[in-house]
Amino acid sequence: MTEATAKPFSVEAALKPPRNQWWDVWDQFKTHKGALVGMIVFLAIVFGTLLGPFIWTIDPTFIDIRARNQGMSWAHPFGTDQLGRDMLARMMSGGQVSIAVGLTAMILSVLLGTLIGVLAGYFRRLDGPLMRLTDLFLSLPLLPLLLVMVMLFREPLSRAYGPEMGTFILIVCAIGVTSWMQTARIVRGDVLALKEREFVLAAKSIGTPSRRMITRHILPNVMSPIMVSATLGIANAIITESALSFLGLGFPPDFPTWGRLLFDAVDYIRDYPSRVIWPGLAISLVVLSVNYIGDGLRDALDPRIRGR
Amino acid sequence: MFIFTLRRLLTAIPTLLLISLVIFLLLELAPGDPMANQPLTIPPDVREKMREALGLGEPVHVRYWKWLVQFVWVEPLYLFDSAFGTSFAEGEQRIVSWQFRSPVFDTIWQRMPQTLWVVGMAYVVGVLIALPIGIISAYRQYSWFDQVGTFISMIGFSVPTFFTGVLLIVIFSVELGWFPSIYDTTLVVNSWDTFVQQVRQMAMPVFVLALFNAAQISRFMRASMLDNLNQDYVRTARAKGMRERTVVLVHVLRNSLIPVVTVIALGVPQVFGGAIITEQVFKVNGLGQLLITAIYANDLPMVQTLSVIFAVLIVLFNLIADILYGLLDPRIRYD
Repeated sequence: MTEATAKPFSVEAALKPPRNQWWDVWDQFKTHKGALVGMIVFLAIVFGTLLGPFIWTIDPTFIDIRARNQGMSWAHPFGTDQLGRDMLARMMSGGQVSIAVGLTAMILSVLLGTLIGVLAGYFRRLDGPLMRLTDLFLSLPLLPLLLVMVMLFREPLSRAYGPEMGTFILIVCAIGVTSWMQTARIVRGDVLALKEREFVLAAKSIGTPSRRMITRHILPNVMSPIMVSATLGIANAIITESALSFLGLGFPPDFPTWGRLLFDAVDYIRDYPSRVIWPGLAISLVVLSVNYIGDGLRDALDPRIRGR
Repeated sequence: MFIFTLRRLLTAIPTLLLISLVIFLLLELAPGDPMANQPLTIPPDVREKMREALGLGEPVHVRYWKWLVQFVWVEPLYLFDSAFGTSFAEGEQRIVSWQFRSPVFDTIWQRMPQTLWVVGMAYVVGVLIALPIGIISAYRQYSWFDQVGTFISMIGFSVPTFFTGVLLIVIFSVELGWFPSIYDTTLVVNSWDTFVQQVRQMAMPVFVLALFNAAQISRFMRASMLDNLNQDYVRTARAKGMRERTVVLVHVLRNSLIPVVTVIALGVPQVFGGAIITEQVFKVNGLGQLLITAIYANDLPMVQTLSVIFAVLIVLFNLIADILYGLLDPRIRYD
């Protein structure tokens, strides 16, 4: 009965450009309410920190000692800190740094993880050594090592690139180098499975060189796990950066990030508890929304679930 | 199984050696000078002698070898001596901390109980909360309990411990004044009052860590239960006329616990790492806080020893998780 169920042939339908698979992914993503809300919250926070300083034009480093330690008011919606700097402006500029660190560190860790995962999965000879390396990194005590790395390299890098840029490079590299292992493992597993598929065999039989094989046939097919681990990587990087800042080993004091603002506010926790709440809430909201987006993406990119 | 365990134990040794070497070489780059806080009036030759007394005069590989011998041979001997009253380690040089001028392991033994009490208790509480939540969430999937449970576990998983800790301090110790915000280590529990005080000061750090652990474990528990609930053997068990209770709590739970137990084992060393931040928030002077102060003070022997201990814990619990997996699931055979 195939003729009866088959759609009647029409020229318009045939000429219509084929539907991109990413539209299917988006359709599935939309059904995950948490992910949708997470995406809206995340975008709102990102645009708030990016565009906010154009509307709220107070300089985050402007010291107004007469207006110090103020509570919430119209002049200072989030209050002011112990030097009279406006908390809203500091939150926005801190958010820019925190999110920038999160995104850059995520890109670095995903690049490293994908490179090592693809190499280990595709070239049999590299598999053993690279996976032992991954295991080694997985058994390193990461937080102590991060602290040690920041402690050791902060001075030379600050001297070379200036205190802000130096710390930024250091923290991004430190987080990137210590968080690529999960991505590498997942990508390697997927590449190993892909290598046995017929289209890879077909491509190989017409003499495709390894480089084009990887960029053309392997990488597009491992995009889904990479995207999911990239999303979760943002959350991880933001938490790690704020943890470092919270321990006092992150950015310099006059260069606010959310973790640093939280760290500075802890000293005044008895008298001005609200100053702790705002940065903490911002970090938590971003991480929570990113985790929900990751959950939604994982469902949406899984072809077994999609369309059900 | 035995062969597998033996092989894994043997491969763990080079891994640990490599890790300790990596940490050692990383610390070797440290810019800080342990003699920096000595007065400038000390003549250069005396200063050089002092550096040698700290063991700094020799080349890198000699110092690494000395540290290794102290770590794997001398310190266990001291432990043996103090346990049995023997004197095998007489006259051997121990690993000496630069900031306390006393053996590193003595300080670690002093700090261990606080970490074990707070962190260990938190992990146990976390597991005990997580398992029932995971089971009920999976059994009543998409019910309101499941929705609330997954939401709370997502929050516990996303909100960093330094924020939950600070938030709890704001609410319970600043606003309500129920619990102290600083952990008092000198407290000796010898009466009902001191016991209550101990419970009160442990409540907040334990809650923070327990929430974080419970969030992760309950997600695994739920996923694992959901995988098993649709299996054929569950239908068979129901078809045999077993009570629902038996089906879920005996058949499904036992199978679902296999991956969860390994996750619990894998999480133990991470708890020590995560506890660094919580200990800092509540001023618990445990191992994590010791590490932070050592890093600040440029106390390289202490940092080196503590980091390697953390690495040993990670490798050890990875091994335990693998062995447990093999023991619990007869389908998995490593040999």
